[in-house]
This record gives sequence, C-alpha cells and structure tokens, in this order.
Amino acid sequence: MATGSATTSRRLDQLSVGEQLPALAYDVTATTIVLGALAARDWRPMHHDHDFAVHRNGTQDIFMNTPNQAAWFERYVTDWTGPLGRLGHMRFRMKGSVFPGDTMVLTGTVTDVGTDDTGCGWADLDIAVSVEGDVKTTCQARVALPIADDDNPWRRRGDQWRPDPNRA
Amino acid sequence: MTDADAATGTQPDDVLPDDVADLIGQVQYEEQGEFPVERGYIWTSCSSVENANPLFWDDAAAEQITGGPIAMPTMLSVWFRPHHWAPGRTEEHLPLRVHFDLKARFDLPEAVMTDNTITFYEPVRPGDRLRTRQILRSVSPPKTTKLGTGRFWVIDVEYLNQRDELVGIESYTGFGYRRAGDTTGAA
Repeated sequence: MATGSATTSRRLDQLSVGEQLPALAYDVTATTIVLGALAARDWRPMHHDHDFAVHRNGTQDIFMNTPNQAAWFERYVTDWTGPLGRLGHMRFRMKGSVFPGDTMVLTGTVTDVGTDDTGCGWADLDIAVSVEGDVKTTCQARVALPIADDDNPWRRRGDQWRPDPNRA
Repeated sequence: MTDADAATGTQPDDVLPDDVADLIGQVQYEEQGEFPVERGYIWTSCSSVENANPLFWDDAAAEQITGGPIAMPTMLSVWFRPHHWAPGRTEEHLPLRVHFDLKARFDLPEAVMTDNTITFYEPVRPGDRLRTRQILRSVSPPKTTKLGTGRFWVIDVEYLNQRDELVGIESYTGFGYRRAGDTTGAA
C-alpha cells in the first residue's frame, strides 16, 4: 500500500511502461464524503444529506463528489512521483459512486513514457478507483517528471509547458 | 432530415432549439472569484484526502521547488464556488451556471456529472484572485440511461489569474435527466 510519504521524487528514466503503482486502500466514511465536499465548497445536499440522496437522487446514500475524487487522484499520483511530479492533465469518468462504508482502492499503471518537443518528460497513467473489484471511476493522468537530477518541471512556463496531450 | 442528421442518426425532433444552439461556443458568465486563494482551504483539502505532499505543508520545500506555496492543482473549481449564503443575496448563486441553465431550459430535474477533464497551466498561489468564464461546447439529442431520460452536455470552464495568465481549463460532461415517472418541475 502507498505510504503517503512524498519527500523524494522519481525521475523519468526510472519508469517503464507497464509499471504498476502501489495500490492505495481507504475506508470511506460519511465524514470522508462530507469533509471532501465541504473542502471543495460543494454544498449540494447529495453529498451530505442522506435523505435527499436516497429520495431525490435515487442513490443508496450520500456519495463522493467529483472535485474530491480529483483530489484523491492527485494525492495518489504525487505520492508516487514525489513533489517534483507536476500534473498536466487529468480525464476521469464516473461509472458508479463511492459511498460511506466502501473500501475504495486506487490502482494505477504507466501506459506511456516520453518527452515532448520542449524536452519535458511525461508519464501517462491509467488509474482506477474500485470498490470490491467494481470499477467506480477511471482516470487518465499525464504527469511531468524530472528527466535529470537538476531538472524541475515546476520551472516550466509559457511555451515550455504543454500539458494538454491534444496540443503537445 | 439533413445530411448531417443522416450521418449522426439524429431525427428532426432531436434538432437543438435555436436559443440553445446559439449558445454553443459563446463565452458566458465571466466572473471573479468571491475571495482570494487562501491556505486554510488548501490545508483542508489536503486533509480531506490525507495528502502529505510537502509543497503544501513545508514552506522551505515549496520555496525550493515551486518558488513559494501553491494550491493543490485539482482545487481549481474550489476558488469559484460561491458562498452558500451572503448578505443581500436574494437567490441562490449557483456555480457552473450554464449547467443549471440547461437543466431549467430542458425541464430536467436531476443531473449528474459523468466525465471531467482538467488541464493545469500556471500554478495557483495563495492571494491569487481567479476569474472564470464558461463556454458551452455541445448538447446531445435526448438519451435514455438507467438513471432516466435527458441530455448530455459539455461545458468548458477557463480559469485565469489576476495577471491574465491561464491557470487551467476544466471540461465537464453533464447528464440532465428526469427519472421515469417523475412529473415534477426542474430544481
């Protein structure tokens, strides 16, 4: 399981396609859902009001909101890269919901490794959140990593930073 | 039926109303965030997902790596979500208003977000004042899913800082729907 520590950083040349990220398991409670929604300033009742979620939305309980899921993906990726890892792009799709009482498990695989025309190193990742083996959300993430010990993707600005894979 | 309809399999009844079609590609709701980016929310957000990245907790590390403290990149939408209440406000101030406009326009009481894309540009820093603008990209013909019958739409939200630097673009796919047997009006 991932430790949550992020004091060192990976370099691009330490990665290979097919590498598996360490799984992260987390026991979700009502507090997880409500804290995540309020941290994102999302006041909508389906993320804190059980009765509304069940009788208006037709779901089994309150459920994790989209911005909080994005935050979980970010934490999962940068736990693995370390602080020099710089997220460029995320695309995620919700297939089901994460509810209190679920143990959600984040897993990830490196799908591509390379550099763009500016020399920026990128890793593409496929990530999933699952509950009891049922995939709830998928995420394709693109994260920049140092290509050498003296490289730092965070120093890139303007034309030297091309995070959109469709415009790289 | 037009050639385009034939190519996509849509029916004449599926053609978008003109007032909706006219909105596609138009910049709407350019707004300033209601408060500057601040570290309390950054720490609360990190706490909500147990994110120990030193960029958000260790000022020396942040100075060395990012030139000072930054916000979690995925917090982009946090900075434009309106207060739940504010003095003098007489009606609910909704975030992602294009989404709610479409729910009302098509009389669809329920909605979920099914797809979300975020591209991150300049880092967001404490003290930044962000601006947003919303752009409707597409609206589907009527569709029926296990949730109900409604329409999918795609909305881009662009974020800029006080120096007019692009800090991010979010693209949301929403599904506004009516549950089977539901005859109430849109919320």
